[in-house]
Amino acid sequence: MKVTAQPADSTLTLILDGELDASSAVVLDTELNKPELLKYKKVLIDCQRLSYISSAGLGVFISHLQRLQDANVKLVFFNMQEKVFNVFEILGLDSLMNIVPTQEAALAA
Amino acid sequence: MQDRIRITCSRQNLQQVRDFVRGFLVSAQRSELVINQVVLAVDEVVANFIIHANGEDATQFLDLLLVLAGHNLDIEIEDHGSTLFLPAGKVANPDLRAYIQQGRKGGMGMALVSRIMDQVEFFERNSHTVCHLSKTLP
Repeated sequence: MKVTAQPADSTLTLILDGELDASSAVVLDTELNKPELLKYKKVLIDCQRLSYISSAGLGVFISHLQRLQDANVKLVFFNMQEKVFNVFEILGLDSLMNIVPTQEAALAA
Repeated sequence: MQDRIRITCSRQNLQQVRDFVRGFLVSAQRSELVINQVVLAVDEVVANFIIHANGEDATQFLDLLLVLAGHNLDIEIEDHGSTLFLPAGKVANPDLRAYIQQGRKGGMGMALVSRIMDQVEFFERNSHTVCHLSKTLP
């Protein structure tokens, strides 16, 4: 799992590349735990190259969501592959997370 | 058709497990969505065995057996560690709103397994823990 951070004005985009499991989730957790994240209005998660997510990956997002919401930082997912979106759906997380189809929609969210 | 693999109890081996299950189901010509669901279910159980039952002790190992007969998929994961690990098979739905408020990371893996597979059971055999998963594939 590779995480690339792209800051632009008030938005930080995190580009995920690879498989997010119990072994690699710590990489994303470290990124989302950075204090400077809270200075942005939006954190966008580009999932185009995220080819797999397990409960450990979902858990990283869930564990940071309230902290981001409390700091008025929106967390938005975009470009999610169908099989990855399906994992969010199985648990019902698709109704609790902000998941949109495109980067344009994420920027407008 | 059937296939088996043995791995040591390191979370670095989860990728190998997923590749093994994917390869098996791709050769059985199943859809990408179904393949990903079964891969996920196996990954969750194996991760639990590695992390919770064996404390990531890489001297311990797990055996994984996949059997597909027609549409019926049976999966057996045997933990050769000395600690019995017998969680409930089918689990209740997690309260995700509470998880978010609590900033909780864990507690969803077995819920995913329960929703994906038709049957989930853990039992003891020869002083080892065995997990049996089954599903009728579309």
